Amino acid sequence: MPCVGDWLNNPLSIVQGIFAQNVPNSDWEKKVTEYFKEKLKENNATNWVPSLNDVPVHYLKPNSLVKFRCMVQDMFDPEFYMGVYETVDPNTNARVLHFGKYRDVAECGPQQEIDLNSSQTVTLERQTLYCVPVPGESAWVKEISFLTELARVSPSTSYTPSRHKRSYEEDEDMDLHPSKQKEQHMGNSYCSGGDIHGCVEPKRLETEASAGHHLISPNCSPPLDLNFPLPGEKGPACLVKVYESWESFKVNDVLEVFGVLSVDPVLSIVNSEERDSSTLDPMECMDTAEEQRVHSPPASLVPRIHVILAQKLQHINPLLPACLNEEESKTCEFVSNFMSELSPVRAELLGFLTHALLGDSLAAEYLILHLISTVYARRDVLPLGKFTVNLSGCPRHSVFTEHLYRLIQQLVPASHLLQMTIESMNHSRFIPHKDYTANRLVSGLLQLASNTSLVIDETQLEQGQLDTAGVHNVTALGNLITWQKVDYDFNYHRMEFPCNINVLITSEGRSLLPSDCQVHLQPQIIPPNMEEYMSSLLTAVLPSVLNKFRIYLSLLRLLDYSISDEVTKAVEEDFVEMRKNDPESVTADDLHKMLLVARFLSLSAGQTTLSRERWLRAKQLEALRKARLQQQKCVNGNEL
Amino acid sequence: MSSPASTPSRRRGKRGRGSNPPTPQDARSPPSQKRRTDDSTSTGDLQPMPTSPPADVQSPGAADALFSSPPQFRHSAIPLDFDISSPLTYGTPSSRVEGTPRSGVRGTPVRQRPDLGSVRKARQVDLHSDGLTEDIVATEQSLGQKLVIWGTDVNVASCKEKFQRFLQRFIDPLDKEDEDIGLDLNEPRYMQRLQEINMVGEPFLNVNCDHLRSFDENLYRQLICYPQEVIPTFDMAANEIFFDRYPDSILEHQIQVRPYNALKTRNMRNLNPEDIDQLITISGMVIRSSQLIPEMQEAFFRCQVCAFTTRVEIDRGRIAEPSVCKNCNTMHSMALIHNRSMFSDKQMIKLQESPEDMPAGQTPHTVVLFAHNDLVDKVQPGDRVNVTGIYRAVPIRVNPRVSSVKSVYKTHIDVIHYRKTDSKRLHAVDEETEQKRFTEERVEILKELSRKADIYERLALALAPSIYEHEDIKKGILLQLFGGSRKDFTHTGRGNFRAEINILLCGDPGTSKSQLLQYVYNLVPRGQYTSGRGSSAVGLTACVMKDPETRQLVLQTGALVLSDNGICCIDEFDKMNESTRSVLHEVMEQQTLSIAKAGIICQLNARTSILAAANPIESQWNPKKTTIENIQLPHTLLSRFDLIFLMLDPRDEAYDRRLARHLVSLYYQSEEKMEEEYMDMAVLRDYIAYARSYVNPRLGEEASQALIEAYVDMRKIGSGRGMVSAYPRQLESLIRLAEAHAKVRFSEKVETTDVEEAKRLHREALKQSATDPRTGIVDISILTTGMSATARKRKEELAQALRKLIQSKGKAPSLKYQQLLDDLRAQSDTAVTKEMFEEALRALADEDFLTVTGKTVRLL
Repeated sequence: MPCVGDWLNNPLSIVQGIFAQNVPNSDWEKKVTEYFKEKLKENNATNWVPSLNDVPVHYLKPNSLVKFRCMVQDMFDPEFYMGVYETVDPNTNARVLHFGKYRDVAECGPQQEIDLNSSQTVTLERQTLYCVPVPGESAWVKEISFLTELARVSPSTSYTPSRHKRSYEEDEDMDLHPSKQKEQHMGNSYCSGGDIHGCVEPKRLETEASAGHHLISPNCSPPLDLNFPLPGEKGPACLVKVYESWESFKVNDVLEVFGVLSVDPVLSIVNSEERDSSTLDPMECMDTAEEQRVHSPPASLVPRIHVILAQKLQHINPLLPACLNEEESKTCEFVSNFMSELSPVRAELLGFLTHALLGDSLAAEYLILHLISTVYARRDVLPLGKFTVNLSGCPRHSVFTEHLYRLIQQLVPASHLLQMTIESMNHSRFIPHKDYTANRLVSGLLQLASNTSLVIDETQLEQGQLDTAGVHNVTALGNLITWQKVDYDFNYHRMEFPCNINVLITSEGRSLLPSDCQVHLQPQIIPPNMEEYMSSLLTAVLPSVLNKFRIYLSLLRLLDYSISDEVTKAVEEDFVEMRKNDPESVTADDLHKMLLVARFLSLSAGQTTLSRERWLRAKQLEALRKARLQQQKCVNGNEL
Repeated sequence: MSSPASTPSRRRGKRGRGSNPPTPQDARSPPSQKRRTDDSTSTGDLQPMPTSPPADVQSPGAADALFSSPPQFRHSAIPLDFDISSPLTYGTPSSRVEGTPRSGVRGTPVRQRPDLGSVRKARQVDLHSDGLTEDIVATEQSLGQKLVIWGTDVNVASCKEKFQRFLQRFIDPLDKEDEDIGLDLNEPRYMQRLQEINMVGEPFLNVNCDHLRSFDENLYRQLICYPQEVIPTFDMAANEIFFDRYPDSILEHQIQVRPYNALKTRNMRNLNPEDIDQLITISGMVIRSSQLIPEMQEAFFRCQVCAFTTRVEIDRGRIAEPSVCKNCNTMHSMALIHNRSMFSDKQMIKLQESPEDMPAGQTPHTVVLFAHNDLVDKVQPGDRVNVTGIYRAVPIRVNPRVSSVKSVYKTHIDVIHYRKTDSKRLHAVDEETEQKRFTEERVEILKELSRKADIYERLALALAPSIYEHEDIKKGILLQLFGGSRKDFTHTGRGNFRAEINILLCGDPGTSKSQLLQYVYNLVPRGQYTSGRGSSAVGLTACVMKDPETRQLVLQTGALVLSDNGICCIDEFDKMNESTRSVLHEVMEQQTLSIAKAGIICQLNARTSILAAANPIESQWNPKKTTIENIQLPHTLLSRFDLIFLMLDPRDEAYDRRLARHLVSLYYQSEEKMEEEYMDMAVLRDYIAYARSYVNPRLGEEASQALIEAYVDMRKIGSGRGMVSAYPRQLESLIRLAEAHAKVRFSEKVETTDVEEAKRLHREALKQSATDPRTGIVDISILTTGMSATARKRKEELAQALRKLIQSKGKAPSLKYQQLLDDLRAQSDTAVTKEMFEEALRALADEDFLTVTGKTVRLL
């Protein structure tokens, strides 16, 4: 293998090379992206690139190639930068051309000056995206994606990634072993490892020192809010500078970017100096101090990535090939392989969830449907394919929901548990809003990436008074469920952002939030110790099986679906028949529901068209569910 | 200005320069002392161009060091380099106003235009180039009139001449703007403007670039590309004309030309490096404005030893304090005298992209504006404005201590002209910006569409295609979207007639009412969506807030005001509390909102159509009850709705079948296929927008007759049974509906077909909502008085029966309440409820027949 070091450790030198070769014409930019695209295509090269999600910033070499999987949280204004500039040596009058792309700072030698008025200068435009790690990303996603590629960055013992070790340590160990072996194999090819390390060390000290300096400096006294949508999130936020086709990126998109890491301490120095001088003359100070803080935070806290390649992700499940649309034989093979063993996986998953739902297989069935639901289209304002399930009849004041959530967390790539209490409704920030002083979009709990599972625990809700914020929050939740959109608050107006979030509500009675389908839980077993019972469930599942579950849920969500004319006819007949018999209880809404159930039922069995049997099964499920609700109503009625 | 030595001459020079093109140089040229003296001498030498000093200010060397227009930009755009050239501006004899001996011009002070020049400019005087400059000037002179400003193709003389011709000749009788009140459109527009300036004394001349473009394409192009040179030339031209005409006029300062509506109007998103230093117009919303920043233009220093004074002009945003006194050579003796320094006003404003321009899923962009002098505090946060100005990029300042530079530029716009879009709306419905959007091809497509015979049905079908059937309701909403014609009867004392159509949808839950509302809200540009449950009266109308920065009271407008000229969708109308709903009374008929709170008393326009949805009070529609009883809304409010539709679940096999097919198709068709099937939402939106702004149908003779007949018919139906079944309000509704229908056809005249459809729709809505469930007869009084005529009749009968009953009891002075009720019940052949009985008692008490005290009834 040729020395990886160059394009990985010092991509800018490669860019410089390409730039120098092609300087008069502007297609050097294209060549750069092509070069890196090629490089990354090589055998698993993407795995070699250290990820910011995994490795702390100060362990990474500045100006090296890194990758980052993130969600676009906010977009800043486009900025104009010097695409090409010229430096002059005042002594010798020698002029040199430089490129400004992929850089924050226009570099020049100690004896040189930048000629701002050179006719060679080219001004270009780039866009800055403020990105955060995917909110609510499950721990297993991280573990699996970085297992194979870890630790290479700093081969010394000084750094061991601190990852949460969950209850299934055995399987992690098991998975770790092969990777360790792999690592040894690669040890040889990793010839440059040593000298990387050599230069990492002092740099690291430097950045750390500058970071320390920043913490002390009075400008930074209040800690910087990194603006994560969910409370308690960790990980680096990043300013991602995009150079092309930034119109295609939207807020809340999940991206994987490959780019040049820039943590130049000069950035921070420039900032603070600017701040100093701004006190001197207010004219220069276009932005407020808050805005400065937000838009140019210290690089040690919020590193910059200059994107060379960026890719929107359909999903973040590391067990699946990144892009399923591609007509690659590899993907097809993967899909067909998995499809062949689909039904045992489904059966196992059903069993697993049945246990989790205290022996209620109907609820488990609906839970599967819910977990593979996704908004696949929008018909004017109506989102199609959302399937919010309200699991009523959950034991009150128990840890049931929490444990259920933990199980779901193990199955889906991103999730969040929302404890609905008067307190949390009144005091938390659900809707993102624009802060005009700092000129940024302050995130809220509902700023989530597509296909995030949001579990709302309504069993904790007590009687009480909701204040204005609380009412807004509840309304926002309602809108989210009904329309799959969140109205971001821009103070003078609201902006609608469509979203695609799977909402599961657990409640005692019928939830106060709207839902597509209410399933009343009928526990078959009441375990004496809920906690033990639930955690034993998870340990009982083999990690390989667990991985299959994960693939199952993520894959089926991405499948296409259709209904043949024949079945359409049958459905029509059925509906008319049902209406005839009981016009009161069968409405268009019910048909909607049944079609949804039929859709997901077919998909959950790996079928991409609706068959008559599935339709009947869907009807049957719905009938069972309704009967249960009816029954529950009667019980309650009697009690009253 | 009474400073010794070189200063006077310099002042003079300055004035001279100012009166002629006060190019940016004005503001910033910090000519060195030495040069200044040069100036005065050269003034003597070179007759044709007395102030040659500026010439050397513009020496190429100086230009080199310029910051605000880094050459790289020039590179990307057409090369423009005003600064270098400007010397020539002065060099050209005709450009020198000073040369033209007009007292008026001389007498009126010049106001600097910081909006044109960037004060941050570096102005380094390269002494070496002095001689060189002279050469250039000389050659220029020999070239005579063919001179152009360096780096541009602008010839000052011809540019000025052209602009003067434009001012004197431009007439466009067709183009009417709302500011043109009192202008004779057949006379040169801008000459009238100048006259206005003479009378009013506001020395600003706003010039619509569109006019300029239609007059002289080339001049327009120059203006756009080289605003920094061309606008001063315009100033000069305007001043010459003005003081020629009104030599005695006294103005605060010389007239400044403010071009606006540069056709290069762009969305903020389209700004790119090529626009730098060009004239642009962008629209957006002000989100933040800074406080006033006094910007020092010129510092005044006095030596504390010998009292020698000197002035230093700002250079790149800094004042270089003289370290040595020129007079007595004392070090560090110069002190700044604030009172004698010159300042100009400046304000930083943040403009955010207007919500309509934002692509879905992205956050809005912002841009920084700098407003100078008069434009400071002209706009406030929340205002929607069109800004015309010069786009600038400034490199982030070089840090002397660090060799590397942040490779990013800061951009801003120097504002030349504001045009508030909101305040304009107060005058008239002039959707100038929206009109502009239609290209000719688009209009052709729309017109083509309008000629189709079934356009009405077609549009109705295109509306919310995911909602099945309910065609009449969709038609009603369609007419609402188009609205009636605006009529103004202010001079006869009736004010404006409402042109907006209000619609109420009521019906069973789950009949996609909310979905319809959502659709409409997404369709119209100025729509608002609120839910009755969550909104308060304040949220709907307006509230007074204290601005945290300025401590000023600010009126924050609510949903109704925001949807002026749009549609306000109110879901769960029935859940709204009484006080909130009462706000709507005024809005729905008068179309205004009166506010009197916290010392602010005002009337805001709220010409909004209301589309409301209400659920029946018993969660399921009770067909045995009237609309009023079902939704429990006051009839005063109900009568303000033009159309009230019931959305009920039809029970019909064929319907079910169609519905099923429709729904199933939703669940497997791909998105693209769905799009094809129906008319594009964008086309529909354009169609409506076009009709709303261009089509204004009037009632034709036949149509009026038809309306009269329809109204008389409606009255007749009722009069047969001794009641009124139609009120003038219904007639107005009919007119509005007919007009809206004519608009759908892009017809300028309301025809009988329109009236027919209006009648049909109105009847359809009435049939649904105003049918007396007891008799099955359409009875408008259900909506107007809240009670059907039969119910009223029955009430009267009961009271009479009760009276008879009491009278038959003989002379007993008092009666037991309960017994009376029992007796009445026994006697009556219909069921008598307690409420009915009490009502009857009350009616009799009103007639002074009896009084009720507690449980006894006394006869009087």
